[in-house]
Amino acid sequence: MEMNREKSVSELIAQNHSKRSLLKFTENAVPKFLLVCAVVSILTTIGIVFTLLFETFTFFKTVSFIEFITSKEWHPMHSNPNFGILPLVTGTLLVTAIAITVAIPIGLGAAIYLSEYASEKMRKVIKPVLEVLAGVPTIVYGFFALTFVTPMLRQVVPDLSIYNALSPGIVVGIMIIPMIASLSEDAMSSVPNSIRQGAYALGATKLEVAIKVVLPAALSGVIASFVLAMSRAIGETMIVTVAGGANPTTAIDVTSAIQTMTAYIVQVSLGDATYGSTVYYSIYAVGMTLFVFTLVMNVLAFFISRKFREEY
Amino acid sequence: MKKFKRSMLALTVVAALALATACGSGEEASKGNTQTASNSSQASEQKEEKKEEKLSGTIAIDGSSTVFPILEAVSEEYNQVQPNVKAPVGVSGTGGGFKRFVIGETDFSNASRPIKEEEAALAKENGIEYIELKLAFDGLSVVVSKDNDFVDYLTVEELNRMWVDGSDIVTWKDVRPEWPDIKIEFFSPGHDSGTYDYWNEVVLKKTDIRKDAQLSEDDNVLVMGVAGGKGGVGYFGYAYYYENQDKLKVVAIDNGNGPIVPTEDSINDGTYAPLSRPMYMYVNKESLKRPEVLDYLTFLNEHVGELALEVGYINMPQSDYDKNAEIIKNAK
Repeated sequence: MEMNREKSVSELIAQNHSKRSLLKFTENAVPKFLLVCAVVSILTTIGIVFTLLFETFTFFKTVSFIEFITSKEWHPMHSNPNFGILPLVTGTLLVTAIAITVAIPIGLGAAIYLSEYASEKMRKVIKPVLEVLAGVPTIVYGFFALTFVTPMLRQVVPDLSIYNALSPGIVVGIMIIPMIASLSEDAMSSVPNSIRQGAYALGATKLEVAIKVVLPAALSGVIASFVLAMSRAIGETMIVTVAGGANPTTAIDVTSAIQTMTAYIVQVSLGDATYGSTVYYSIYAVGMTLFVFTLVMNVLAFFISRKFREEY
Repeated sequence: MKKFKRSMLALTVVAALALATACGSGEEASKGNTQTASNSSQASEQKEEKKEEKLSGTIAIDGSSTVFPILEAVSEEYNQVQPNVKAPVGVSGTGGGFKRFVIGETDFSNASRPIKEEEAALAKENGIEYIELKLAFDGLSVVVSKDNDFVDYLTVEELNRMWVDGSDIVTWKDVRPEWPDIKIEFFSPGHDSGTYDYWNEVVLKKTDIRKDAQLSEDDNVLVMGVAGGKGGVGYFGYAYYYENQDKLKVVAIDNGNGPIVPTEDSINDGTYAPLSRPMYMYVNKESLKRPEVLDYLTFLNEHVGELALEVGYINMPQSDYDKNAEIIKNAK
């Protein structure tokens, strides 16, 4: 009996030792693995930026940078090619402006309702359904714009072209509603209840509390959500490719065809642009322009959310 | 309490055994599937070997960028049958292709027009004997929306005035005064397509297309654009119009001898000028002595009709392909 117990204890101690050393190895190895994962994503970002920079630099060896940013004509395939980015930028911003006009009122309204008025039961139903909008593939939105929204709009605007800026603008707006609603609602929900209770104590109505107290308190988060949504709208590709047309122009006309930066990239990529040709490198120049736009928007969102954050 | 624990343990063991059994069954099933698949592939390989002798070599092909899409499709299909025969297709243009062909540099030369007298003379001078084969027809359809009830025909001159860069035509009234004042929207295949090249040659007269024309490599986008409004106008291969007759109206073209509507007949017999033309292939007779060249050519003649349709051209009647086969046989 004594002998058995001693053996048993010895074995247990030995087991413990090997377990501990294995644990030590794991504790050392896993953090390194996690670091590698983090580094991979950083390197990917760096790779994308360097590719864009390098190829864009190659493009500007043959095309004047001044022409690129000032010319109002984008006709890369003509016998005297013209590479002025303004028509593509105009098309992109026109669609984005329409999208923002649609999405901000609806998204913000939804956020106010969800954070201030909805019962717990109602919130549990509405919020997931709203998130579904974010999960719809954008190619589906594109066909929705072309085959449903455009014909419907033509009942109201008879002169609307089959390809126009209005229809994809509205649908891009619908696409970014969940982003605004969700982020704004989070910002409002994070406002402490004590502030609400203080306002109620002073006799404020629910609407006054929502709009004059909670919304201003959450403003940094709300505006950040607007900017991020704009960034998303600028980068949207399939909706504008399917429904927006292929007519680069600086004219501000929502009823006529336009072309966005993203749609141009799709168009050239579908064609047979010869590797190494100026048209081929123009894809990277346009891509770099898009990257700069969205980078500025994201930095702006970050700046706003930090600068105007309120301390409670 | 101890009894409960024991029975739980027993239950767990039983469950584990059941799971293991299920996995085992799965393995056996998948093994069986593998064997079956293996048998199938062996059988089909044997069939293929009996059917086709393995050939190898390189065939030199150059010429028209208009004919290129068909030959590219043929080479891709043929590569499935004979993986070791390489048949890359160059696009030096009809004239460029002939330059190489008449000095014996290429086996085949694709052309969107018959060989010229000077080119034929050069070939004779260099001792190059050749045969001429027709492959298919290129026919362009000018289309407007089904809703367009006033455009019945257009002259080639009117088309040119409408489509060239710098055109001041904005509405249909600008084309013909008796037509309504509706804004025209222009839809065109992209610069990368052979259809555009053809249009550029016969309508634009080698000048640039108007800047507000909407270009797309996807013919569906063009169909949608033209069909989507009363003022839309566009063009693409006849085959593509044929597939979308429910949405589009084809426009008769007047080239000086009255309006002609594109049909397979008017395209085949050449009356639908200048928007239809046969596409040719010239074959060096000497090259036909190589087995891979003869086999490729035979394959081409058998499949070129369907492949032409696939890439948007128009196939010839079967009797014309039979004529080709006769020409090939006699050339050996």
